Amino acid sequence: MKDIITLKDIAVSFDGETILDGLDLSIHDGEFVTLLGPSGCGKTTTLRIIGGFITPDRGDVFFGDQRVNKVPPHKRRVNTIFQRYALFPHLNVYENVAFGMRVQKKSKAEIAETVEKMLALVNLKGFEKRAVSTLSGGQQQRVAIARALANNPRVLLLDEPLAALDLKLRKDMQVELKNIQKSLGITFVYVTHDQEEALSMSDTVVVMDGGRIQQIGTPTDIYNEPQNAFVADFIGESNILDGIMREDYLVEFFGKTFRCVDCGFGKDEPVDVVVRPEDIDIVEPEKGDLIGRVTNITFKGVHYEIIVDVKGFKWMIQTTDFHAVDSVIGIMIDPQEIQVMKKSEYSGMYGDYSSFSEEFDELADPEAENGAAQ
Amino acid sequence: MKKKTTALAAPFGIWMAIFTIVPIAMVLWFAFTDANGQFTLANVQEIFAFDPSKGETLWEDSFVSTILYSLWLGFLTTVISLIIAYPLAFSISRATERVQLTMVMLVMLPMWMNFLLRTQAIKSLLSESGLLNQFIGLFGFGPLEILNTDAAIVIGLVYDFLPYMILPLYSVMVKIGKSEIEAAQDLGANTFSVFRRVVLPLSVPGILNGITMVFVPSVSTFVISTLLGGSKRMMIGDVIESMFVGEAPNMGVGSALSLVLMVLIFLCMACTRLVDKSDDYEKGGLTL
Repeated sequence: MKDIITLKDIAVSFDGETILDGLDLSIHDGEFVTLLGPSGCGKTTTLRIIGGFITPDRGDVFFGDQRVNKVPPHKRRVNTIFQRYALFPHLNVYENVAFGMRVQKKSKAEIAETVEKMLALVNLKGFEKRAVSTLSGGQQQRVAIARALANNPRVLLLDEPLAALDLKLRKDMQVELKNIQKSLGITFVYVTHDQEEALSMSDTVVVMDGGRIQQIGTPTDIYNEPQNAFVADFIGESNILDGIMREDYLVEFFGKTFRCVDCGFGKDEPVDVVVRPEDIDIVEPEKGDLIGRVTNITFKGVHYEIIVDVKGFKWMIQTTDFHAVDSVIGIMIDPQEIQVMKKSEYSGMYGDYSSFSEEFDELADPEAENGAAQ
Repeated sequence: MKKKTTALAAPFGIWMAIFTIVPIAMVLWFAFTDANGQFTLANVQEIFAFDPSKGETLWEDSFVSTILYSLWLGFLTTVISLIIAYPLAFSISRATERVQLTMVMLVMLPMWMNFLLRTQAIKSLLSESGLLNQFIGLFGFGPLEILNTDAAIVIGLVYDFLPYMILPLYSVMVKIGKSEIEAAQDLGANTFSVFRRVVLPLSVPGILNGITMVFVPSVSTFVISTLLGGSKRMMIGDVIESMFVGEAPNMGVGSALSLVLMVLIFLCMACTRLVDKSDDYEKGGLTL
């Protein structure tokens, strides 16, 4: 696949604070790429560099083979969906969508045809004459999408476009955006801090933190084979343990040796081990590789979430069976469910679930995070 | 419920009655009555120097040229103020919050001083031995005879009323989001296009308010014209003043003049409002 956008060794800092630090990224033509990370990780800055609103201090931006560092936004064939939509309040829906074409002095007939097509695409037929201030958040979002797409961009940049919508609407719009991307075959670069959104929509997920890319991969790669403790912790729930790689396919933790599917580490190299809560089997204590005591159980609808104390380390396990608090259970882990990662700067930052409580769960909820960000 | 809210409006109603309705009624009364309190059109006719017995108008004796002269100076003042204030207000609105506060403060500061004092200051600045002439004298120019010309009056008016143009402009411009400007750039608009298609239309309410707030007081101003323009020509405000406190007061003609001026200004404003067709979005700024 051809690269449509290439970022090479990009660095940006504002007021002496480093925002991006040596970022390399290639985006393929027609791909749905998501930049995922916590606030302040540099994902929006990356998007604004592609849009032309920020010139990097160091590094190069290429569209195809052409270096575009100095090309102003209005000369780039990319369009942006802004976080707060940024519709023009003095123009009605029709004129908002027509804006780009009016600037380009397109013919009246062509404008009318394209606006009609775009409004049909986003299900806003009949809204032409409406003032944008009378529209709901979801409708404004659709106008913003139609307005950007009316310019026929090669690449569409989306800056947390669904962050201001409620959960139900957000789910619907996720599906709709994905369909639009598929049917038009254009490249989407999508910024979000919502991991679920990233996993369900993207072809490629770029996980960022601290101005650097932590991992690039397909959603399944990112989830099943995180490359460091940050990615493992940020995407989904993880039990992250200290381990020692005894030899290829053999990793030791809690004083026990487990078979795994990872190789290529040094002999006796210290590593981080990730086990997802849903990948752990609960068995009779005598049959388990490890034995622990249940300290907490929470009903989650589809499953129970239980916290199990194994030699002082609190595991999170998701299971469909009820296990009473203080019962003793055995734990078994299949070799392919063990993900071994090299030690990184993030090692040891994410402990076990000993501080886990419902309250913390709520704080980590993307919805609550949204409210705080506004 | 309704009774209650009506009662709450009573103080405002009384205020309006005493300070707006009664004065206008008095102006109307004086304009259309003679010394004996009988209805007459003589006062209005005198403004146009219309002689009912001959059925013709003596233009050179009328106040029409004074009224036109005042409207002209008011128009000049408004246009010049707008040209100065627009870019200034825009750059203030794009500055950081701290700079914005300071700049708005600096704009408002002169408004806290008595306007007579400010006009006197301008007078001494513009005089033959004033700072301006001393300065250009350094380069071998001048001295310019600005004082006692129309230019001096307009300079004084612009100086006095500029804040009333800047503030309404600033208050609408500060609401134009950075993201709307970026969205326009993103859609292919260059700097000029962003201005014409986004910034200018969004600042129309501010422009209209600014025009109103500068044009109305500068047309009807008095004292400024005598101080800076000499006594060669009077503005309509000076004439009206002289009709009430001058050597030969004539409250009837003075009231009639006020009335005519009021109607003319009202017509001018109505013309400006025709420009503002865009009623479909939230308007900002101060409304008169």
